[in-house]
Amino acid sequence: MTANSITAEAGVVHPAPAAVPARPMPKRVAAWVTGHIGLLPFLAYTGIFLGAPVFMVVLGAFQDNDGVFTTDNITAAMSDQFGRSFVTSIELSALTAVLGAVFGAILAQAVLGTKPDGLVRKVVSSASGVLANFGGVPLAFAFIATLGSIGIVTKALTALGLDIYAGGFSLFAFTGIAIVYVYFQIPLMVIVFTPSLEGMREQWREAAENLGATKWQYWRHIAGPVLLPPFMASLLLLFANAFSAYATAYALTTGVVPLVPIQIGSLVSGNVVADQQNLGKALGLGMIVVVAIVMSIYNWMQRRTSRWLG
Amino acid sequence: MSAPTGKGRTVRRWLILSLFGVYFLVPMLASVEFSLRDVNDTHSLVSWKKLLTEPGLFETLTTSLWVAFGTVALTLILMVPTVSWVHLRRPKLRKLVEGISLLPLVIPPIVLVNGVLVVFRDVPEVISGTPVILVLEYVILALPFTYRALDAGLTAIALPTLVEAARSLGASWPAVLLRVVVPNIRSAVFGAAFLNLALVMGEYTLASILLMDTFPVWTVSTGQSEAGVSVAVSLLSLLVVFLLLFVLSMVTGRRHRQVTAPIAPTPSRGHS
Repeated sequence: MTANSITAEAGVVHPAPAAVPARPMPKRVAAWVTGHIGLLPFLAYTGIFLGAPVFMVVLGAFQDNDGVFTTDNITAAMSDQFGRSFVTSIELSALTAVLGAVFGAILAQAVLGTKPDGLVRKVVSSASGVLANFGGVPLAFAFIATLGSIGIVTKALTALGLDIYAGGFSLFAFTGIAIVYVYFQIPLMVIVFTPSLEGMREQWREAAENLGATKWQYWRHIAGPVLLPPFMASLLLLFANAFSAYATAYALTTGVVPLVPIQIGSLVSGNVVADQQNLGKALGLGMIVVVAIVMSIYNWMQRRTSRWLG
Repeated sequence: MSAPTGKGRTVRRWLILSLFGVYFLVPMLASVEFSLRDVNDTHSLVSWKKLLTEPGLFETLTTSLWVAFGTVALTLILMVPTVSWVHLRRPKLRKLVEGISLLPLVIPPIVLVNGVLVVFRDVPEVISGTPVILVLEYVILALPFTYRALDAGLTAIALPTLVEAARSLGASWPAVLLRVVVPNIRSAVFGAAFLNLALVMGEYTLASILLMDTFPVWTVSTGQSEAGVSVAVSLLSLLVVFLLLFVLSMVTGRRHRQVTAPIAPTPSRGHS
């Protein structure tokens, strides 16, 4: 629109790249600084409050308590005890991500069928925002009131002759935690997957129908392939979400289920031996690696998505 | 979306919606029941009454509200100029800013706090020993939402035109930001502010590890002795945040149509 004026202005502070190598170092730095002046506060802030802590975690993971380089922490973090907690965390996140993604997609599709400005949509979108972003602690308590050993559903089931706690169920064990996680995974799925569903054009369905496609064929050959990448992307985001969750797990388990965030928490807050801080950092590094792998697949999927639904 | 199969489809849709409705309502209703429990299978308002006299409720709530206010303010002061500047002057840097802003999604809070403990161990007590450190770090946790909301808001308006018009009429840069840009992306600013608020009022990981007495930390510690009270508090806080978001969706829904419809039909690509 006004690209001319912008490039003209930009040209003043940002000389042609060919001229750059010939300049002396300080001038190049100065040119870079003036060119990025509007970005400096942002870069400084994220550098101090995000970059530095992450750097210290990575550094600490490779140091012993005297600051000498070691790989002991990493070895310990992959040993039996902690290796198992990574497996448990990954299993829990994968299970709740799949359940959340499937049910969330069904709910999102059903909500889209209602009136665009209707009450249902507003209630669902607000409730999703609350439960997905704010859930944590309050949710844990809501579930203690529901499925805890004296929760109302537990009591009702016992009255019906089905004592779930006698049957080996516990809200504070794997299955119980999974149920609570799904409760905040579904809303998150609704939030992230709805834009993709909204991007589906009515004309595609009409065109398929006019060409004689059955409903199954439409889903198999058109809607399915278009929606699969955003669906998988959302699923990965849900995985990362469950994997990093700490509050809910902490309020529910008191260490019964070995989850990585809980173990880091207890290593950091000194519940265990005080000199194991760096083991906590090694576990943290492990978490970053897992989430980073998941998020880079997510990014790649997102790019495939925008080809059709951008 | 008009349904060719008509009634059957509508019935199925409402069936699905009611099933989900039941699933999501049961824990809420169970909380109501639980919070009303008294001894020997009787019900009363005893937990709710106790809530008001429980030590620490108002102090922690006040702390959390201050932290929320600080986070929202600092986030907007940092991000509105940054994102506007990138949109106006260096569209090519959008990818960089977006990448950095989304980084907190990759760093689990429990890992971030681990590093925070090391980095800010030796800074003055005023920062590391008070909720100030929470404000500073919550701005980071909120970056993904904030960036997406502001980026979507700025994409939807004719920013260069507006800014040039204001500049050529002699407005200073701060005036342009405050009186031209911000009012035009009001709903995005509200949205970002609100998500920050929800985040701060529910954040537990950083606050508990850094030993700050915020509202969520208080809820958990109270829950260990007084289950009824903390279920009541949890329910109350969920309801309050839900109502705020609901009101916001009413307000922004209306504004959205007014402001962006004639300019650009940008599909909302952002999430969370």
